[in-house]
Amino acid sequence: MATNVIENGARANVLSSNTLPRWASAACIAGSAAASGLIFALAGWNTPLFAILAALLYLAAWTILNAAVRGGRHGSNAFWATLVWVAFFLALVPLVSIIWTVVSNGVRGLTTFGFLGSDMTGITGVQDQAAAAGQAGVLGGIQHALVGSLLITLVATLISVPIGLLTSIWLVEYSRGSWLARLITFLVDVMTGIPSIVAGLFAAGVLMTYFNLIGGGYSGGKQVMGFTAAIALSVLMIPVVVRSTEEMLRVVPNELREASYALGVRKWRTILRVVIPTAISGIASGVTLAIARVAGETAPILLTAGMATSTNWNVFKGWMMTLPVYIYQQLMRPTAPSAPDPSTQRAWGAALVLILIVMGLNLIARAIAAAFAPKTSGR
Amino acid sequence: MSMKKLATPLALFTASALALTGCASNNPTSGAPAASGAAGALSGSISGAGASSQEQAMTAWSTGFKAVQSGVTVQYNSVGSGSGRKNFLAGQVAFAGSDAALKTDEYEASKALCGPQGAFSIPAYVSPIAIAYNLKDVKGLKLDADTAAKIFKGTITTWNDPAIAALNAGVTLPATKITVVHRSDDSGTTENFTDYLAQAASTVWTDAKAQKWPIAGQESAQGTSGVVKLITATDGAVGYADESAVGALGTAQVKVGDAYVGPSAAGAAKAVELSKPVGGQAANDLAVKLDRKPTDSSAYPIVLVSYHIFCNTYKDAATANMVKAFGKYVVSDAGQKAAAAAAKNAPLSAKLSADAAAAIDKITAAS
Amino acid sequence: MAAPEVVAPPLVAADDSRGRFGDSFFRTLTLAAGILIFGILALVSLYLIIESLAAITASPDKLSSGQPFWAYVAPIALGTLMCATIAIVLSTPVSIAVALFISHYAPARVSKPVGYVIDILAAIPSVVFGAWGMTTFGPGLVPFYTWLSQVCAPIPGLNQVFGTASTTGRTLLTASIVLAIMILPIITSQCREIFIQTPRLHEEAALALGSTKWDMIKATVFPFARNGIVSAVMLGLGRALGETMAVTLVLAPGILTANLIGVGNMTIPAEIALNYPEAFGMRQSELIAAGLILFVITLGVNMIARWIVSRYAEFSGAN
Repeated sequence: MATNVIENGARANVLSSNTLPRWASAACIAGSAAASGLIFALAGWNTPLFAILAALLYLAAWTILNAAVRGGRHGSNAFWATLVWVAFFLALVPLVSIIWTVVSNGVRGLTTFGFLGSDMTGITGVQDQAAAAGQAGVLGGIQHALVGSLLITLVATLISVPIGLLTSIWLVEYSRGSWLARLITFLVDVMTGIPSIVAGLFAAGVLMTYFNLIGGGYSGGKQVMGFTAAIALSVLMIPVVVRSTEEMLRVVPNELREASYALGVRKWRTILRVVIPTAISGIASGVTLAIARVAGETAPILLTAGMATSTNWNVFKGWMMTLPVYIYQQLMRPTAPSAPDPSTQRAWGAALVLILIVMGLNLIARAIAAAFAPKTSGR
Repeated sequence: MSMKKLATPLALFTASALALTGCASNNPTSGAPAASGAAGALSGSISGAGASSQEQAMTAWSTGFKAVQSGVTVQYNSVGSGSGRKNFLAGQVAFAGSDAALKTDEYEASKALCGPQGAFSIPAYVSPIAIAYNLKDVKGLKLDADTAAKIFKGTITTWNDPAIAALNAGVTLPATKITVVHRSDDSGTTENFTDYLAQAASTVWTDAKAQKWPIAGQESAQGTSGVVKLITATDGAVGYADESAVGALGTAQVKVGDAYVGPSAAGAAKAVELSKPVGGQAANDLAVKLDRKPTDSSAYPIVLVSYHIFCNTYKDAATANMVKAFGKYVVSDAGQKAAAAAAKNAPLSAKLSADAAAAIDKITAAS
Repeated sequence: MAAPEVVAPPLVAADDSRGRFGDSFFRTLTLAAGILIFGILALVSLYLIIESLAAITASPDKLSSGQPFWAYVAPIALGTLMCATIAIVLSTPVSIAVALFISHYAPARVSKPVGYVIDILAAIPSVVFGAWGMTTFGPGLVPFYTWLSQVCAPIPGLNQVFGTASTTGRTLLTASIVLAIMILPIITSQCREIFIQTPRLHEEAALALGSTKWDMIKATVFPFARNGIVSAVMLGLGRALGETMAVTLVLAPGILTANLIGVGNMTIPAEIALNYPEAFGMRQSELIAAGLILFVITLGVNMIARWIVSRYAEFSGAN
């Protein structure tokens, strides 16, 4: 979108200043790499240090070259552009490393027969020891955790997205900086600081009190269910939704609202038809972030939803398992302590599945955003 | 509105993802004889919560119990001993798993829930704790309690220290620096290990036993598997971990009486058998005070005992019967063997197993 | 709490009552959501305070550490702040640069997939980051730490911060870097969304005046996005302050020390996560009280951020 226009920014001044040939940048990169390579070939090879030195050399050379040929402004432009590129590659290194770790370790688990279609019922250390010794395949799967994760996250989303979205609409469109708005903003900030384990304790406590009340002082552990976990996750999710949505609504230009009002459109319709569609891409991204934030939670789930080994489809009754708890449990407390490999394989497989799920959600959110976003073809 | 529209594809996505997983479960109902469905007269489900140390054994027990009572589902949440006891006393779960027996005030509190007899603790899971080390060429390192305490305290800093060499005549010890690795989380394993050091090497190890490692400034990792991974990755590291999890690492033999004893299931069971009952609580309470300085060299004194804590009186008969049946299965020969096969821990001795079964038989229902 | 404001003179009288109802209904609905948040938070605070009161008021000999509660919590609170600060300082510039890269520098066909990958990264569960930090990243940093420790040894001040190097790489600095990597996608994703909302006219006007790309970004994108950047950084900071799994797996905790590359330091969330399971009675109360302190810290940090934002309030599009 925006990139198309400004891509030519650097070239906009072609007529009014000295220029560098197109190959100058490439030559500069090659030169820096060669110089750095030469130094490390003499001083003993070290790939990360080589890359760092090459980048620094390029940064210096390209900045000086631009400043000398095209003037100081272009020198600083080249400097910052290079920094942005370098930062991007710098960020890419660990992120790619992590993705690679998950994918390369996870594929074996994921492609094991029955991984998605079975749970851990009946899987004990005996099966895993046999699998580690090569006498059998790795049994057991993540069906229970997958079902639990999807249902709990879905319920949490259904609770927190409407609340979060409506609150941020009130904050941005209606509150006009009143004391109540400041108070709510303040409270949302406070909520971002709730440690996740406390959210779990809180949800368990509230639901336990409720069941104690209706059960005559004896809840009997009825509050251990997926819904309790969803409440705990909502407490964590709401502030993220509010904060990101609020920011996205705020950057919607006032001209759009005013144009709508000028046409006689009611405020609530303006919000629903003009403001939200304009900000929908950002909202979708924020909601995805919020889901991603809670989809990986471990501690609050343990305290609220128990730790099931078999599949449970009922959010309102019985223990549930989720993918992060499963990953954590399999990684930290392998089913067979003496043969942890099958558990490790399952854990990475589950991590890969979790990422694929959030990827899917992200795609859906983006599709929705694209469908609702204002048509920009005319601009 | 837009969020409703968002919810629909979300639900669709969920549904399609679930459809993918909808194929039949293909797991074995392990240990279960073919006569499933017919076994047992009880039905329902009971929940337990507590120590993560016995999680793997619990998996084996709940699976194995299905073969005895196919109608009963046993689920266990390894939230930790402290949380487990708290949940139990609050009536949230039918039994607790705990690395420590009930404390006096907890026993008093349990009378509100479990009738005048209160709750009682049964040793259910015994696991030897190994002193594991990472030295390539040294096998079967010998240590006495004082030397071990000095190593873990950080006063002995290299492997070729004269104090270690004196105990290991004929072994070439490297000059590698000793890196002590302990648990970063509070744990029953740490409590039992520090209890051993405090009792057996009281002159050197002046700290009391504790769930939290008392020495500051040493390397640590979370959980047994974290400790084992860290020792494995660090040359010259030494730490303590459940013997079942140490894998290829070397394990030290500790001095018991006049002999050096390595960690073993039989030695651990023996150590528990030699220990004295704590007493002072319910008549059928079997909590033991472990003897860390046995003279019988068939015992291995660094042992973790994890208990099951039951009520003497349950509110309803169904729960009482299920808990009774499950408790007895756990301490039975079959149950202990199933756990040992899965978790590689130490089965209870025959005498303790019989005592435990008798104690569990005392469980009654209020109505 | 004024009456619904009249935003435009009604043009069609027949539609008026329905429209007015819609307005007040919607307004009430949104306000109700805000008040619900108030209710939830009141309950959470109440819960936290009730549960932690015992530990805060207890005499030192009843507490696990044998010290007053504040002496117990101060080092881990400082550790939390150290860890989160380092993470934010490392992560923010890189995140902003990556967001700029996606919104303004990368070719269109590259920027979309890159943006997508960044969003996915925000979804990787923290236990995976922790496992990666524990097995791959931490040990990989050991030679670097050893080198750093040697180089800094003769320099006063620095030799405190980069003192004796850990032999395993399980240090506060490692934990901070892992956290920085973890929050990078969060900050990037939010910043990118704001950056691409920069009014095109502003950008084109700047370019038409002969700005270089960087001049244009300084003149249009940053002023427009300042609020959003602060908000994004705060989201990241909230995550960094509250993160448990990544820290518990990567850090070998210990007493508070200035040495970033040796054993030591602890954060509040990690302290809770590591010790809560085996805690009982007073110890549990102590840990929840530590949670309350974390709550207060986050609050303070957020208030500072809000104050910074309020100084630039004139850039908001909706005021």
